[in-house]
Amino acid sequence: MIEFENVSKHYVDGTMAVENFSLTIPARKTTVFVGSSGCGKTTLLRMINRMVDPSSGSIRIDEQEISTKPAVALRRSIGYVMQNSGLLPHFTVAENIATVPRLEGQSRKSSRVRALELMETVGLPASMADRYPHQLSGGQQQRVGVARGLASDPNILLMDEPFGAVDPIVRAELQQELIRLQQELDKTIVFVTHDIDEAFLLGDQVVILAAGAQKLQVGSPSEIIEDPANDFVASFIGTDRGARALSVKHTPHGRVLVDSQGRTQGRLIEDGSSS
Amino acid sequence: MDLINKAIQWLLAPAQWEGSGGLQTLLGQHLLFTVVTVAIAGLIAIPAGWAIGHTGKGREIAVGAAGIARAVPSFGLLILLVLIFGVLHKPEAAVLTFVLLAIPSLLAGAYTGFEAIDRKTIDAARAMGMTEWQILFKVEIPLGLPLLVGGIRSAVLQVVATVTIAAYVNLGGLGLPIITGLNLRRFDMVLGGALMVAVLALLLDVIFALAQKLAVPAGVGGVKKKMPGKVALANEADKDTNKSPGYLKSNEKEMS
Repeated sequence: MIEFENVSKHYVDGTMAVENFSLTIPARKTTVFVGSSGCGKTTLLRMINRMVDPSSGSIRIDEQEISTKPAVALRRSIGYVMQNSGLLPHFTVAENIATVPRLEGQSRKSSRVRALELMETVGLPASMADRYPHQLSGGQQQRVGVARGLASDPNILLMDEPFGAVDPIVRAELQQELIRLQQELDKTIVFVTHDIDEAFLLGDQVVILAAGAQKLQVGSPSEIIEDPANDFVASFIGTDRGARALSVKHTPHGRVLVDSQGRTQGRLIEDGSSS
Repeated sequence: MDLINKAIQWLLAPAQWEGSGGLQTLLGQHLLFTVVTVAIAGLIAIPAGWAIGHTGKGREIAVGAAGIARAVPSFGLLILLVLIFGVLHKPEAAVLTFVLLAIPSLLAGAYTGFEAIDRKTIDAARAMGMTEWQILFKVEIPLGLPLLVGGIRSAVLQVVATVTIAAYVNLGGLGLPIITGLNLRRFDMVLGGALMVAVLALLLDVIFALAQKLAVPAGVGGVKKKMPGKVALANEADKDTNKSPGYLKSNEKEMS
């Protein structure tokens, strides 16, 4: 469990990146911070591994105040996956994945075994172990990034727009992989994205943020879609348009659901059972 | 053409390669000055450049200081330092002159090498839990090495061309035949000396060009999709290194 309590971050030039933010992130669930760019979601994420230290307030992981822990040790105990993978270009795939175990003093041999194991977990063929990042596609690099984040078997995995730079088809594939992985691994995942569909797909808890890391709404995807807190949230998540504004259409063969453009999206099987 | 033939004849004459004042001794002195100077300058400028590159602080000061150092005429400085240090300390005065000449290129090579690294790579290394020293030794130094070697290459070429002036204060080196020849109006000797320096500089340039290729870490040599910044900066540094042979050529022309 990760707790933010009255956390603020302001910079010397006076910008308030985060203002009085409090939130509890449940263990072994995926929490997604979603908001437009500059809303402070990445800052919140980077506070968890002390890449950014808050100006005031406290952050606790499993009841322990993180500011009392050495930053380096804390970071090694938390997996971090970033956009464009952030792989070391002069390390092979296996060396990249094994970075943290090697830093923790594991032997070359055992950390390589671990790297190969993780490559299988994230769906990369072992034959890629000795390639360099630039020889891989964007999607493959991102898989290496995820494997590297998991290398020290952390309880917490921080993901900063990890699928932001890959094409939509690969992104959908990686999202499904992450859902599968999470079922297997049961980590506490904190995920940052500006894509509301990605947030609803992956999040158990979704936090919608506005400038200054102001919480507009916190809840499960269903809760948010069923009861958006205000008009801004409603418009941000798009309940008034596209595939989230469905209406019932009567046809000779039963009732179907159509989206705002009049395209049929699905069949209504049972009336009212969802309430 | 006649002069060049004479110069080559002078160079190839066995008499030039005999005794304690032979060309092999002068060549040895010339190389020794170059190596010692670049080594001392490297011990000062490389750690300083790395510190600037790693912390991002002090860049303006370094650029300013390097600019001043580049603008100081080496010949004038050498004479001034000999006067200040006294005639008994001429070698020290010469080494200090050449060290000041070598520092700007080395400093620039060290810090631009770091600056050319994708910030995201370093950020990721830190986020994974590398200490600052681990970031320095495992990420920044290996990735910054090609540009640093470029800086060394540039420094060596500038120094090797400039060590020629050491002969003015009687310290030997390949400048000696040039200066002696000028006094004796023996232009075959002047050109012969200049040719030696030019060939030496070209040889060193080839060696360092190879070293620069070898310094590129595996995995970075291929298509650098992820580092457009790095490619641009590398080109810039190349331009910088290319200045030295040009500078040398103009020198050579003046002397012949």
